[in-house]
Amino acid sequence: MLPDLPAPELVAQLRTMLRIRRFEEALIGLAADHEIGHFHVYVGQEATGVPALALLEDGDVAYTTHRNHGHLIARGVSPAGMAAEILGKATGLNRGKGGTLHLASAAHGFPTTSSSVGGPLPIAVGSAFAFQELGLDRVSVALFGDGALEEGAWHESINIAAMRRAPVIFLCENNSLEALGQKANEYPSSTLAAVRLTDLVDPFGVPAVALDGTDTRAVHEAMAAAVARARSGGGPSFIEARTVRWPGNRPLWPQLLTGETDVAYAWDPERIPVEHEKWWARQDGLLRFLRELLGAGLLTPGDASAIDTQARAEMAGAMTFALQSPFPRPEEALEHVFA
Amino acid sequence: MSSPDTSTTAPSPSPDGSSRLSYAEGMALGLREALASDPTVRLMGQYFFGLTPWRRLTVDIRERFPDRVWDPPIAEIGYVGTGIGAAISGLRPIVDVATASFLFQPFSQVVNEAANIHYMTGGQTRVPMVIHVNHGIRGGGAAQHSHSPQAMIWNTPGIKVMTPSSARDVRGLLRTAVEDDNPVFWADHVKLFDHIDEVPDTEERIPFGVAEVKRAGTDVTIVGTSLMVRRALEAADMLATDGISAEVVDPRTLVPFDTEAVLASVGRTGRLVIVDECHQSCGVGAEIAARVAEHAFDALRAPIRRVATADVPIPFGRPMEEFVEPTTAKVVAAVRSLLG
Repeated sequence: MLPDLPAPELVAQLRTMLRIRRFEEALIGLAADHEIGHFHVYVGQEATGVPALALLEDGDVAYTTHRNHGHLIARGVSPAGMAAEILGKATGLNRGKGGTLHLASAAHGFPTTSSSVGGPLPIAVGSAFAFQELGLDRVSVALFGDGALEEGAWHESINIAAMRRAPVIFLCENNSLEALGQKANEYPSSTLAAVRLTDLVDPFGVPAVALDGTDTRAVHEAMAAAVARARSGGGPSFIEARTVRWPGNRPLWPQLLTGETDVAYAWDPERIPVEHEKWWARQDGLLRFLRELLGAGLLTPGDASAIDTQARAEMAGAMTFALQSPFPRPEEALEHVFA
Repeated sequence: MSSPDTSTTAPSPSPDGSSRLSYAEGMALGLREALASDPTVRLMGQYFFGLTPWRRLTVDIRERFPDRVWDPPIAEIGYVGTGIGAAISGLRPIVDVATASFLFQPFSQVVNEAANIHYMTGGQTRVPMVIHVNHGIRGGGAAQHSHSPQAMIWNTPGIKVMTPSSARDVRGLLRTAVEDDNPVFWADHVKLFDHIDEVPDTEERIPFGVAEVKRAGTDVTIVGTSLMVRRALEAADMLATDGISAEVVDPRTLVPFDTEAVLASVGRTGRLVIVDECHQSCGVGAEIAARVAEHAFDALRAPIRRVATADVPIPFGRPMEEFVEPTTAKVVAAVRSLLG
């Protein structure tokens, strides 16, 4: 269902989702011809990150992971700067020193991005600690996958957050549903004895919910409650947003196994290819959101196509900007060790 | 260990503008001054003084700054990470990991998060925090409470390292560390805590990267850090009775390191002995030896000698412990071997 938000905000969220989708698809295309190393894409999780992060305000911080591209775009970071960083260019967000794993934009509330699984969890708690101590009405968000719950850092972080009643939100994007994992020589899925991820939260007395990460209304409402709780001194929250792993995210390197997204799949099911019918018809959160917007009469297929055309053009431009940007001088490798 | 008088914790002014303080009192003075001078400073953890009698000094700090000390759970990953995030978002935490061997629990937070953040964000984000440990062979600590990890940290770009050896230095370096916008690793040694030194009554900030010649000499340079400075000075006293004039150089910080001061001293003496409580292989002494060999080879009149902890885990029993650690007697013997 759709979040209870004004129509222009919902359409804006669709635009952001499509911009993320087209960024990732363009990037996968770019990777075929350019060495960008191991990278991870946010395809299939847009319906979680976009409505969730839309609830943050200036000054709130979020610590994301190796799968960070969608989160940054959701908070307004320039795709051109991101693409340039992913290619290691001087115009990149991190001046070519971070790459895809570490895309950061402090100005947009991403102070640093760690690719160490579980590593950012206590750091997110630390920002919340500072907000408390400084009397700031701010929220810190830890964005992580289900795999991070395997780390000891998780236990230490939730314990400290609970004891401090810190204004931190643990948003776990469980993208392992239907993932096969190591045994199938695919990207590993989580390896936890706990059946329900929220069972790992309950002993700490922290409110925990599990929801469908393609249900934008559920995401919006849970996140809104968590943000309100944090800002009012109520302490931390845990949200598990479940999504099915996009088939293109199963190999160790992302691939366009499903082909590029066709927004017309949302209103013309006949166009959906049989091979990936399940994904496009039932599992993709972006298309679900678009179908719901169309069903509610909040936009027309023509409107959606126009937004999509803009998004494609923007991301093509971002990739061109990145390709045409210069590399940093090699000697810049010696800069920024210390502030 | 003498029972310290912790009833008076502020230095009592003397006519010449300094007070005699123990190393532990110098630490406490630096902590109090840091807390008083900047409302964003926080203490996370409270084992700065280990389990020594000096731990009573923390009571005074708590009473003066009741809202500025946080007692974390036994969760080094969690609370060091909390310190990093707090530093990113506006505080200046001084995080106590207590015994240096415990540093390996949050090692990923220290070397893979804190040390990298400013660099890998292209300079966007700063991590102004101090990470405190008590390092070294404290006596009976055995293999799991005796580490000197400063060489490992020196091998990690992005963290500054201070290894003070006196009450004055620890107090003055700490003030600089807390005001630095980078992670600073602060290694103390509990065997330094009782040592008395003159500490200025006025506030003092000792800059990083500036070595101090603790004793001038002409025949040999002895470089040491932390407790090893005291052993070097004891050795120099003993050598003086034999007519050997040893110069003792204390770099005070490893990062940045005052290479010039060491080279200048070796230029004067022509001989170098390095005393280092790290294990010998790839220790602090190894790096100092390499720098001198690279840059002052012509000044050397004898091979560089290292007196370091043997490359074995630290044993428990005292005779074995003493056998593997860098003692004053070993420093004396090393110098004598050079001067034949």
